Amino acid sequence: MQYTLLILLLPLLSFVVLGLMDTKWKARVAGSVGTLVLSVVAALSYYTAWAYFSTANVGGIYQKIVPLQTVWMQFSGQLHIDLGILLDPISVMMLVVISTVSLMVHIYSLAYMKGEKGFERYYAFLSLFTFSMLGLVVATNIFQMYIFWELVGVSSYLLIGFYYTKPEAVAASKKAFIVTRFADLGFLIGILILSFYTQTFDFGVLNSGNAGIFASASGVTFMGASVLSWAMALIFIGGAGKSAMFPLHIWLPDAMEGPTPVSALIHAATMVVAGVYLVARLFPVYVTYTPDVLHGIAYVGAFTSLFAAVIACTQTDIKRVLAFSTISQIGYMMVGLGVSGYGGHEGTGYMASMFHLFTHAMFKALLFLGAGSVIHAVHSNEMQKMGGLRKYMPVTHLVFLIGCLAIAGIFPLSGFFSKDEILAATYMYSTGLGIGMSFIAGLTAFYMFRLYFNIFWGKENSYEHSPHESPLAMTIPLVVLAFFSFFGGLIPFGKFVTSDGAAYTGETNYVLAIVSVLIGITGILLAAAMYRKKTMLPDRVSQSLGFIYQLARNKFYVDELYLFITKNVFFKGMASPVSWYDRHVVNGSVNGLAVVTQWVSVKIKGIQTGKVQQYAWVFLLGTLLMAFLILFL
Amino acid sequence: MSPLLIFVLIPLLMMIALFFTNNRKQVNLISLSGSLLLLLSAIALVVLFWRERTAGNTAQMLFAADTVWYREFNIHIATGVDGISVLMVLLSAIIVFTASLVSWRIESMPKEFYTWFSFLAAGAFGFFISIDLFTMFFFLEMSVVPKFLLIGVWGSGRKDYSAMKLVLMLMGGSVLVLTGILGIYYLTGAETLNIVELAHKNIEQPAQSILFALLFTGFGIIGALFPFHVWVPDGHSSAPTSVSMFLSGISMKLGAYGAFRVAICLLPEGAHQLAWIFLILSGFSVVYGAFAALGQSDLKYINAYASISHCGLMFFAFLIFNETALTGAFLQMISHGLITALFFACIGMIYSRTHTRLVSEMGGLMKVMPFIGVGFIIAGLASLGLPGFSGFVAEMTIFIGAFQNSGELQRWFTIFATASIVITAVYILRVVGKVLYGKQEHQAYDSLADAYWWERVTMITLIAAVVLVGTMPSWFSNMIQDGLAPLVAGLVK
Repeated sequence: MQYTLLILLLPLLSFVVLGLMDTKWKARVAGSVGTLVLSVVAALSYYTAWAYFSTANVGGIYQKIVPLQTVWMQFSGQLHIDLGILLDPISVMMLVVISTVSLMVHIYSLAYMKGEKGFERYYAFLSLFTFSMLGLVVATNIFQMYIFWELVGVSSYLLIGFYYTKPEAVAASKKAFIVTRFADLGFLIGILILSFYTQTFDFGVLNSGNAGIFASASGVTFMGASVLSWAMALIFIGGAGKSAMFPLHIWLPDAMEGPTPVSALIHAATMVVAGVYLVARLFPVYVTYTPDVLHGIAYVGAFTSLFAAVIACTQTDIKRVLAFSTISQIGYMMVGLGVSGYGGHEGTGYMASMFHLFTHAMFKALLFLGAGSVIHAVHSNEMQKMGGLRKYMPVTHLVFLIGCLAIAGIFPLSGFFSKDEILAATYMYSTGLGIGMSFIAGLTAFYMFRLYFNIFWGKENSYEHSPHESPLAMTIPLVVLAFFSFFGGLIPFGKFVTSDGAAYTGETNYVLAIVSVLIGITGILLAAAMYRKKTMLPDRVSQSLGFIYQLARNKFYVDELYLFITKNVFFKGMASPVSWYDRHVVNGSVNGLAVVTQWVSVKIKGIQTGKVQQYAWVFLLGTLLMAFLILFL
Repeated sequence: MSPLLIFVLIPLLMMIALFFTNNRKQVNLISLSGSLLLLLSAIALVVLFWRERTAGNTAQMLFAADTVWYREFNIHIATGVDGISVLMVLLSAIIVFTASLVSWRIESMPKEFYTWFSFLAAGAFGFFISIDLFTMFFFLEMSVVPKFLLIGVWGSGRKDYSAMKLVLMLMGGSVLVLTGILGIYYLTGAETLNIVELAHKNIEQPAQSILFALLFTGFGIIGALFPFHVWVPDGHSSAPTSVSMFLSGISMKLGAYGAFRVAICLLPEGAHQLAWIFLILSGFSVVYGAFAALGQSDLKYINAYASISHCGLMFFAFLIFNETALTGAFLQMISHGLITALFFACIGMIYSRTHTRLVSEMGGLMKVMPFIGVGFIIAGLASLGLPGFSGFVAEMTIFIGAFQNSGELQRWFTIFATASIVITAVYILRVVGKVLYGKQEHQAYDSLADAYWWERVTMITLIAAVVLVGTMPSWFSNMIQDGLAPLVAGLVK
């Protein structure tokens, strides 16, 4: 399966060519080249998936295949960084997800970004991102993952800051990069600690279940936790940064300053789930050696999920609602992993989390692209500027509705199946957590339909020119994604992707399923009551909630807190004093040395008076002193 | 005569040729052809060196030659190269080539400028090919004096002050180095100054520690080790672009190279004894430099402090005493040399157009000068350690190597030093965001020209080198390990 290398090389090549050509090619040519390359990549990915799932199953267990591997950097001792391709159920699934969404975004952007300055640059960056993301998921070792992890970060930076003359976009891109870099610091230190004790970066070795690898770390503790827990927790921080877990989530809502298709690709479907993927990749280590960290992951995920869902209910910028919804859903996936055990029925959470990753990628990309279609039509992100659009944009309306139903977990759409499995796993783990997650599911249905009704129903706004349906290049990807969002749940996912590679056999918990759907419907009905027609009800509700509403509307002031810390601690508390110290104390002491030297020389040059008598006196005194010293000492 | 001396000879011949020029065109022709010749010779040296090695030549120093210079004191001109010095010669050649191009249109006295610049280059090349302490010191001094003139005459801002400060401090470093060299010479029996032979001789403690302290501090001053770095910010900011490129691209590497070749390799026991002091200083300077860079408003000051941060990492890695970290240190020398040269080149280009280096007075330049802008962004991303560029490879090799050291101090300081990757990202993105992005507010900047051909060649050469190191690190680390192999046994304990 060495042809899989092409899946990586083609987007890279496309990036280099488009980047070098820049404006020498016409925009249309650049766009077509990028899209064409991506369709080849997608075809190859599908073929790989088909080939893998039909051949790699040996004895009922899906094997890990490494078709290519080369040593990139050899260090002394056993450590080396390899570059290679690892095919196993989750990486193959990710190949499909990434290439599908990326292809849809490429096609969609042909129309959406038409006429934008820097169209060629946009496609070059999209290719770079696709390359990095694909490289990340097929990484054979943790360091390769880190390499592509950073590349993904920079492509995200470049794409968020695509409109570089817009100050908000520049600030948002900077914020995204720095916050995730900060998290990556944890990732890096985690890798260093892990590699120090295990002497390997290789996933195959780390996940092999051979306890001897971790032998040298056993018994080593630091501040009450085992050193392995520290390493795995630090690695998770890296994942939490990319996946926008609280309190590292602050970059994601701002990242919406980027072009909408970019938000769909990077900040909804692919990059932001990298953290989930990372935990899934190292899952055997987490579950066997550091279950304490895994519990932590479950609670971080659950809290983030609730936190973001509450905020999502109050936002008015449609892209920000979707952004918070993404954070909330990724929290769901983290919970899935956190509550999971290894293998068999215990491993429900793992399977469900990966399943949800898959379905979420489809319906969230759909929702973002749908939102883009709406924004394209009304030239605004604000809910208040919309309303009654279902008449003008029938296709967008329909697919958006599908997306909303899917995320709300309504049977038989895809979201129902994956979310239900996560809930089942959570209830198995802890009833309390399960109830919390069910509540979040209700919130999700509520805020999504708040969004839906505000855009497509409600009072019709007076539009400057009447909105119209988007061109085919935009609606076709929407329809394709809607298809996957609708039917994606019917895939027998448990047969393919499980924690131990063996097919999953579990029974559906019908009571739970029915209750979940009812909760979803309740959320929808509530939203319908409040937003289907323009009433005073929403205002009254928000007023009665008063303080809490204000908190949520202002995102619990986490951004302000960060701003305060960076401004006062980082800049005023560290950078300014250090520069002052350097200029005045360190530099000053050198200048002081020069001044002292000068002063001494000015003072002692007076001794040389030129008076012979004086010299004679000094000479005489000196001789006497020496004679004295020689005689008496 | 050694064939290696061609690297000293070419710059000296350039000086003679420049003496006979009488207009800018001729000056340009000579400087371009001379520096190009140097670059080609350096590439040829790499190829020849590698062919010798694959042919099975296992001598520590290849192309070695030894000529007696002054018999009374047993002074020789001894030259020879191993994998490390070959790479240093290549780095110097790239910097000299690009730095000569950048000053293509230098306004005043181009002839004199290039004459002194060539002299500087001769010193740097001579230093890297020397394997004799006396010759090394001789060339080290050769590369100091011209800086005074180059900064004092062609500089900007407080150039007199900066030139004086820089030269005095470098001279101060040299004094310590000279004392140390004389100490080694006499304590080993005053027989030889050849570093390959000296490595087999032993100096008793505590003399070894004292000499190590002298030499490491001396070379540390030249290599901008905290707290002896104060010449760096003023020196770089007052120097003309090509001299800034030379200063941080090559000069600071002279210090680091010397610190390793002379101080550590010849005095390993002293090094082990005192490593902790310098480890703390250098580890500290990595973060200190990064924070100081964050507090600056002048582009050149920012890059100068960034250099202090990055060079601190180099010294830090030396004192870890394992092969991986040492490999990383030399990768970092190459990487930092290239990246910082690219940075200074871009800053110089921007400065020559806007006549300001204050971040606050710029904005939206990307629209006006996209080529320079992209170069600047690449320099920034490389500097903050993005994979695919050299900085990532070097830093990661150092971090991985350093963390393999079993000492608690070493590992805690490694973690401390890794914090720099975040701070670096902050100051780089802040600068990129302010200078290149946003709205372009100055009417006068609208008509500024993008890069000229010589500037494009400069940037493309440097970027290509940075990408090459970043994507094919094993080519370079193999060369470095070739040089380290015979040395490492004496260092690792």
